[in-house]
Amino acid sequence: MMDREIVVIGAGPAGLSAALEAARAGAEVLLVDENHKPGGQLFKQIHKFFGSKDHQAGVRGIDIGVQLLEEAKELKIDVWLNAEVCGIFNQNEVWIVRDKERSVTVRAERIILATGATENAVNFPGWTLPGVMGAGAAQTMINIHRVLPGQKVLMIGSGNVGVIVSYQLLQAGADVKAVVEAAPRLGGYGVHTAKVRRAGVPFYTSHTVLEARGKDHVESAVIGRIDERWKPIPGTEIELEVDTICIAAGLTPLVELAFAAGCRPVFSPVLGGMVPVHDAAMRTSLPSLYVAGDISGVEEASTAMEEGRMAGLSAARSLGHIDDATYRIRYEAVENRLLALRSGLFGQKRRDAKEQIVSQSQG
Amino acid sequence: MNRIFEHPILGPLEDTELVRIFVDGEPVEARKGEVIAAALIATGKQYFRKTIKLQEPRGIYCGIGRCTDCVMTVNGVPNVRTCVTEVEEGMVIETQLGYGKWGRGINS
Amino acid sequence: MRTEDHKDRGLKTTGAPSREELHATEGYRLPDPDRPRPLAVIECIEGIPCNPCETACPQQAITVGEEITALPVVDMTLCNGCGLCVAACPGLAIYLKQRFYREDQSYIAFPFEYLPFPESGQAVEMVDREGRTLCEGTVLKVVINRKNDHTAVIHAAYPEKFFEEVVSIKRLPR
Repeated sequence: MMDREIVVIGAGPAGLSAALEAARAGAEVLLVDENHKPGGQLFKQIHKFFGSKDHQAGVRGIDIGVQLLEEAKELKIDVWLNAEVCGIFNQNEVWIVRDKERSVTVRAERIILATGATENAVNFPGWTLPGVMGAGAAQTMINIHRVLPGQKVLMIGSGNVGVIVSYQLLQAGADVKAVVEAAPRLGGYGVHTAKVRRAGVPFYTSHTVLEARGKDHVESAVIGRIDERWKPIPGTEIELEVDTICIAAGLTPLVELAFAAGCRPVFSPVLGGMVPVHDAAMRTSLPSLYVAGDISGVEEASTAMEEGRMAGLSAARSLGHIDDATYRIRYEAVENRLLALRSGLFGQKRRDAKEQIVSQSQG
Repeated sequence: MNRIFEHPILGPLEDTELVRIFVDGEPVEARKGEVIAAALIATGKQYFRKTIKLQEPRGIYCGIGRCTDCVMTVNGVPNVRTCVTEVEEGMVIETQLGYGKWGRGINS
Repeated sequence: MRTEDHKDRGLKTTGAPSREELHATEGYRLPDPDRPRPLAVIECIEGIPCNPCETACPQQAITVGEEITALPVVDMTLCNGCGLCVAACPGLAIYLKQRFYREDQSYIAFPFEYLPFPESGQAVEMVDREGRTLCEGTVLKVVINRKNDHTAVIHAAYPEKFFEEVVSIKRLPR
């Protein structure tokens, strides 16, 4: 058994930010990730981020990722890749399987869970055909692996993931035949949908996918209109010649480790489902366990990084690495940046949802 | 060929060492360090395995190692997640039928 | 303005803002026809937290303000058409326009992130917000520089008849 002050689980934007903040405060940090490369979903975000200068607005996700990794290197943070956390026991023992062959238990004074979220599935006849995949899977293939999983794509879901990936598929050289949205209104930001529409891609609101057709692979898809009760309207079917169907139907926080460890859950429909109750300092119902990023509620990379900083800061302070005055200043700076990101047409809903979760932590 | 050689944001695809892998007995050129699924998608492979009862085709779904839809038999070991496993020189990859068999694949 | 007001054929149903939605937005202003150079036009009609346009402008011609969800407004008397905002906008929602570049030709400088880029002098198809080809245009220059971080700014001339409708070009075949 090894001892570490702070173990951060997940080296995506939230985990990296948490590790950096804690290390800067003087804590001894171990950052663990199950993948063979760090960065989580960040290196797939090849578009420029929103926000203000404080939030690195105008910088592409990939470049922010590179910056974070450089900072982690400079701070000499201990990073274990190909390391899967399989359990958390007694609120402080982290069981890790390294390289699929070695079992190690690390006793941590504080644990920060930054495990992210997973894509939701939508079932329909033919959905098991090769060519049907998560929008994130397509994004991984084009932006990380530089291969096109298909040439003619149907995108299901018009939230930010759906429209951003549609745009990125166009940039990669694919032809997006349509974006279907079950709701009567499109979900993603108007600037994202406008970019995609400008490229000639049609949006079909109040439509859903009815069937994927093909023998060994997707060859076509049938979409159709739905009524106010989400029921398909007969006679409105359209068959589209596509070889790829991407599903962008939302994300669900990856909470298994948190709940297995004993964190109290709360249901947050706006933020993706069951999430660990946490306070504004990102601490869960277990005093030694913190959360940050999509595991605590699905938002975006910018908020994930801020929550990571908050968790790293708070965990380090709880171990005495930062005095109260310094903590107060840094805490307020992060809080203000989070408030700014959680404002406006889209952000307000998330802010309200987060406040509800935090209010549960005081119960 | 489905490789993205030129990309408006990511730039040109960098040259890299190539490795030779075998897919259902046929030699395939792959890029060193890439995941098996990417190498196979680059060749346009239609499906990676077939299910045991109905022999239905399957390919990638989540793309990040969580769903196991993309598994194939690799170097005689079945149920290897091709979307998170890197290619290696001389690797033997076989389209898997059902749960696969240790030491053998569909082409046994 | 609220996009709900135009829910039938607008931003939240077709993906592109309608004429009505744009005209109902304070920040969407076309430059006066007597201005001698192309000036910034912003099609940002939803309040999201974002202000790189304000930060990028060396003339301080764009105002978002303290509340970064506020919609940007261009002061046309300060804008000199440098185009830095065109590449800086993460939403690719800004372009430069001039109604009378030549007698019957308008001018647009818009962001473009697809390959291949067109070349100077090339004839291209000018498209509207729904990607429909309206007319032919001529590329005047393609600006690519480090600061713009892979967002090319394409300058083109096109028939003045389509001044307001044209917002981009049809992507070129790879």
